[in-house]
Amino acid sequence: MKKALFASVATCFLLPAGAMAEDTIKIGVLVALEGVFAAGGADGVRNVELAVEQAGGMAGGKKIELVVAPSDTTPDTAVRQARKLIEQDGVDIILGPLSGSEGIAMRDYAKTVPDKTIINGISGALETTWVDPAPNFFRFNLDGSQWGAGLGSYVVKEKGWNKVATVAADYSFGYTNFLGFAVDFCRSGGEIVERFWVPLGSSDFGGVIAAMPDDIDAIYLGVGGTDAINFLNQYEQAGAETNLIGGTIMADQTVLTSKGRAKDALIGTPTSGPLATDDPSPAWQAYVKAYQDAFPESERFPSPSLFGVGYYVAALAAIQGINEVGGDLGDGQAKLREALSTKPLDTPLGTVTLNENRQASGSVFITEVVEDGAGGLKVELKSRVDNVNQTLGMTPDEFRAMGLPSRDTPDCTALGGKG
Amino acid sequence: MALVERSTPYQSSWAERIPTAWWIAGLVALIMPAFVNDFILFQVFGWTFVLGMIALSLMFLAGYGGMVSLIQMSVAALGGYMVAIFGTSGVAAISMDLPWWLYIPIAVIVAAAFGTLVGALAVRTEGIYTIMITLAIASAFFYFTRQNYGIFNGYSGFNLVVPPHLFGVDWRQPMPFYYLTLGCAVLSYLAVVYVSRSPFGLALQGVRDNPRRMAALGFNVTAHRIAAYTFASVIAAFGGILLVWQNAQISPGTAGIPAVIDILVIAVVGGVRRPIGPFIGALIYTVLRTFSPDILTGFGLSGERFKLLIGLGFLAVVFFSPDGVLGLWERWRARKGRGRDPLTGEAK
Repeated sequence: MKKALFASVATCFLLPAGAMAEDTIKIGVLVALEGVFAAGGADGVRNVELAVEQAGGMAGGKKIELVVAPSDTTPDTAVRQARKLIEQDGVDIILGPLSGSEGIAMRDYAKTVPDKTIINGISGALETTWVDPAPNFFRFNLDGSQWGAGLGSYVVKEKGWNKVATVAADYSFGYTNFLGFAVDFCRSGGEIVERFWVPLGSSDFGGVIAAMPDDIDAIYLGVGGTDAINFLNQYEQAGAETNLIGGTIMADQTVLTSKGRAKDALIGTPTSGPLATDDPSPAWQAYVKAYQDAFPESERFPSPSLFGVGYYVAALAAIQGINEVGGDLGDGQAKLREALSTKPLDTPLGTVTLNENRQASGSVFITEVVEDGAGGLKVELKSRVDNVNQTLGMTPDEFRAMGLPSRDTPDCTALGGKG
Repeated sequence: MALVERSTPYQSSWAERIPTAWWIAGLVALIMPAFVNDFILFQVFGWTFVLGMIALSLMFLAGYGGMVSLIQMSVAALGGYMVAIFGTSGVAAISMDLPWWLYIPIAVIVAAAFGTLVGALAVRTEGIYTIMITLAIASAFFYFTRQNYGIFNGYSGFNLVVPPHLFGVDWRQPMPFYYLTLGCAVLSYLAVVYVSRSPFGLALQGVRDNPRRMAALGFNVTAHRIAAYTFASVIAAFGGILLVWQNAQISPGTAGIPAVIDILVIAVVGGVRRPIGPFIGALIYTVLRTFSPDILTGFGLSGERFKLLIGLGFLAVVFFSPDGVLGLWERWRARKGRGRDPLTGEAK
């Protein structure tokens, strides 16, 4: 035991980077396995394993070896672990990271390792592929603002809700996801009466609920996890008078499967995101089945989580890219980058293409929360918006003129709405 | 007169008074880049020296002043933030692009002023209350930086904060950075050793052991304690500046509660009796932090449980030796010494 421990510690020190067999490609999985998103991160690892297993453990005629590097959603740790993957473990490609600010840090880190390729896990900050993007950083899933696209026009046209107040998390993902909703909502002529920003990890929403204007049609909720449950509890106690609109992380599994009756306030709430669990497309159904078959029920979610799907798509992209170049990673991986940039990728969420910033355009699903008949809640697919691009249908100049997501951006009046 | 003259021949030069073990350690540290790869240099040792410096500032307060302060990481982070704000970063709207010879002193002064202020509040309390008041201020600092967008740029903090290219050297390359952190760590170590033996340091240790008696002797107990905070904050501030350069970015998470606790753990594991303790603790922490997933997977276990290994390691150290790894070493030496003749030093 002692010897084994010593040996493994010694190996860590002595093995220089790149000491590996020629016919192996090492892929690093940079994922949060600590903190708020630990459960989602673990699902990410499962999905990468699933994708590699489906490919028979091979890509481009070479064996794939996975190295997992755990982070804790802070950018410091993400960069530290990425450096370990590349410098110590000698990986060729990194899949990850998971959260937004890690993504921005990895974009900057990517520029310091131009010979390696980084494929984003599920981090959703707009800036990662929009502001000064790195030539070797690829994102095959949509960013946080794209996830909100289509929801605004849906609530205006289908629901007839024209005046909303918003409550969203006061950090980059909160702004970004809100921006996607607001752009669409304002262009459809909606009015944002008031914007409330709450710190991540808030437990008291009493002040916000009390200050809520009376003459509104709905409240947009851009909070998630325990914050969402706390809000719903207090909102329920305060009378729950109006309709709700959910941001992407509002109606996810953690909220829908929570205990207590507060979540019932969510029934009938429209929300949007990059996936719908009841998506009838054959690709999605086949993927869900493969996921369910690959892992015992106690070790997985009922269906793949948002985080899991993100990492699965990233792994698919890596495998397809390596296959395309026949495992040739020479010349600073130039061929691999070329293949990743140009070849459309078939994913369970539909076909994904990258733009000049190496950012995906793809489909967004509008869903509504309904009762599942067994006392629980589930989401039901209502509509689907295809080909949502990075600039949400605007020209890059218009999009740039709007400004980066923040408390005051977008300006609703400038987009044709009010407030 | 004769007495004075006789004492001179016994006075050896300062170089001879340093034990052999230190010469060896120093030599190994200097030629380290010849043996290990860049990753070990930059990530393991660079980080060790930086964390060691921050923990050293805690060791100074706890070991010589008897004050366990949890504010040191926040002081370090404030130093790092100041470098990002007054120097150059990716957030051009806030950063002022001052030259390095201006922003480094500003960072140290601001961080030291903050540390002194916290010290002035904390020294009026004892024991657990000092811990609580500093922990409270540390968490307030974390939440403040996360919510404040005007100065600290909120949740995202600052990226692309890199050291200046001085003397034609890119100080963020592994080898220069290794020597930079090594140099700073050695300097702060020497500073702590020097101060601990100075009249101020001796008075501080007197205050630690019996504040009432020191007050009766005419020493200003409060002033000594606050000055100790100032001195410790300067070391922590330099640690923080190196930390932000190493990470190339700083965000509220840098001084989050887990990071604050980590510094305490490092100091406790290494031992707070001697200034070398924090560096030993930091080395253990960095190695565990960096390699525990590999060790776990080496045993065929799932790498997700890496925190378990870190926790068990710390638990073992604290359980077997309440005064850290240094305490273990000293006890081992004492036990070995028992088997020897106290006069000749030979084994019985």
